[in-house]
This record gives sequence, C-alpha cells and structure tokens, in this order.
Amino acid sequence: MPLNWKKGGVLLGVVFFVAVLLVKPIGVSTQFVILDGMIGDMINSDLITKTADGFTSTNAYMAKSGGKYAENAANPLNYSFVFVIAMMLGAGLSAMLRGGVGADERRLPAIWYANYGDTPVKRALMAFLGGFIVLYGARLAGGCTSGHMMSGLMQTSLSGYIFTAGAFAAAIPVAMMMYKKEA
Amino acid sequence: MTSILLAIVIGMVFGAALDRTGASNPNWIVRMLNLTNLHLMKTILLAIGTGSVLMFGGQMLGLVDVGHMSVKSAYVGVFIGGLMLGTGWAISGYCPGTGLCAAASGRKDALFFIAGGLLGAAAYMVSYPWWKSTGMLDNLAGGKVTLGAVPGAGYDGLTGLPGDVLGIVLGAVFIFVAFVLPERLAGTGAVVSPAE
Repeated sequence: MPLNWKKGGVLLGVVFFVAVLLVKPIGVSTQFVILDGMIGDMINSDLITKTADGFTSTNAYMAKSGGKYAENAANPLNYSFVFVIAMMLGAGLSAMLRGGVGADERRLPAIWYANYGDTPVKRALMAFLGGFIVLYGARLAGGCTSGHMMSGLMQTSLSGYIFTAGAFAAAIPVAMMMYKKEA
Repeated sequence: MTSILLAIVIGMVFGAALDRTGASNPNWIVRMLNLTNLHLMKTILLAIGTGSVLMFGGQMLGLVDVGHMSVKSAYVGVFIGGLMLGTGWAISGYCPGTGLCAAASGRKDALFFIAGGLLGAAAYMVSYPWWKSTGMLDNLAGGKVTLGAVPGAGYDGLTGLPGDVLGIVLGAVFIFVAFVLPERLAGTGAVVSPAE
C-alpha cells in the first residue's frame, strides 16, 4: 500500500521544490531522446559530430537549440541524464526496501488481469504501444507529466496548463473505456 | 561534479517518492484515470500545491533563486502532444518517469513501455521537421509565459497580476482541491485508501 496522500503529496512536493531550489525543475522525457541519440550514434557515428564550438547532429531535432541534445548524448555524464538513472535506482531500492513488487504484479498488473485475464503478451503489446504514443506525444509537447504537469503547474506556466488539459481530456475517457472492472 | 552529486541525490529521492506514492504502479494510475479511486490525484494536487507555495514563498523571502525557474513554451503542439501522452498513459498506466521507475522495481510490462518509448521518441525526432513546417510549434500567447509576471524571472506574464502572489494563491487552491476532492467520481462502493 502506498503512502497516504497527505504524506505522499508533501513528500513529492518537497522533492519538486528542492530540485528547483538547488538546480532546476524536474523533467524526464528528454532523456529518451538522449538515449536514442547515444544508440543512434553507436550504429551510425555520423549522427552526432563535434563542431568548433560544441556539437551538432544530422538529425534536425538533435541539432536544434545550438545542438544541446547532441551535446548531452555525446556527454551523458550530465545532470539531467544522471538524474534519470538515479531516479530508477531510487525507485528500485525503495521497492526492495518495502518488500519488493510481488511476482504476480511483476508479471501482470492486477487492473489488467481484472479486465483482460491472464494475457501477458497482449499486455506487453499494449504497454509497447502506450510507450510509443506517450513518448511521441511528450516530445511533441516538449515535456511530460514531470516537466509539463508537475513542474509546469507548480511554476504557473501557461504551457503546463495547456498540456495538463490535453493529457486528462484524453486519458480519462480512454481509461474509462479500457478499464471498466476495478481491481 | 557538484551537479552530478546533486543529480544522484535528488534523482534517487524522486524515484523513491514515485515508488512510495504509488505513482509508478499502473493500478493506481488507472484507478485515478478511470475515476474510481482519486487517491493518487490527491497526492499529485497536494504535491503541486506544496511545491508552488514553497517555491514562490521562498522567492518572496529571498531564499530561492528566481533564476532557477524554467518555463516551457506554449504552442499548439503542446495540446496535441498532451492528448497523445494522455492516451498512451491511460493505455499503459505509465508515463515516462514512472515507466522507468516501474521497470527498475521489476515490472516486466514496463520494459515494453520503455522500448515503445524509445521508438516513439525516435519517430518524433525523424518527423520533427514536418511538425516545424506546420507552424504548430510556433509560440502561442508569447510562448514562455507564466500566468502572472514573476518578479525577476525574465518571463512575461499572461496577465498583469503579480506572479509570485498568484503562485501562492494557486498553490493554496491545489491544496484545497486535494482536500475536497471525493474519493471516487465513477463506480460505487467503498474505495481502498492507504492509512494515514
């Protein structure tokens, strides 16, 4: 069972605050682009190239804003990338310390089982499809739940409100249609 | 080096917080999105409100560097991308950060989410010039704007209201909504809620 929302909300809010206090607002989805850039550059080393004053890429998206994505993919030991790796480590350790995610849950989330039965292959396909749409949308929007919704709304940014309206306008009807049975 | 150390510490605490609040558990995400249990919604609203009050309050007291704010641009693609993210979020029960955390805590389906995510991000990288050509990435209402003008932040305000005071007021509204939001808006019966 997770933390009660009063404790959990304060904990999460303090983390978002401390990030802005010490460094900058939290964001995650850009790092999928950075990892893609690293993988792409391994396959084709022409993808990211060094210039006189930094980095650039044959991909227009990685080359935009003075090649900052190309630079981060070339030097993954930067704040934002390490942050995301540490986030995974923290989540994994936290899950372990509370006894771990059960074997059934690891295999198939209860809410999926309640609605679609023991269909792990179908779940894997839908998780893959969901992941594709989520990251395509996040990059189009310029941020995700962390950067746009949490950090954005916290800073009263207009883009955060636009993003959040779009995200819930789609998520609520889709979830209500797909997951009719509770678990 | 300091920045890498901060990335490790803040990142680990953030990941642990996502795990402990149930945000990286697709069951809690779906219960929130199909409106049958709004516990995680309350957590998120309280988190945004808490963060906002602390940040703007700290700025007004001169304890928080306004320069650390980082506001993203507003454009039509933000809304379309939001619709897409929302769709995939509901289908999978994961968003980018929580999907990574779920995989790290041993959930197998989250690995497929990440694989799909890497491909989706790559597909956007390839299609970016097209989106750019449509004008849907062009700034709306000034682009990087906050609802009020935050003193010293360097961003324009959408309204003439003082941005720091507005931030505290809106933060309080988020906290208030977290408290008054019912436990569920769809379905019937008692909901499972974590003990206080």
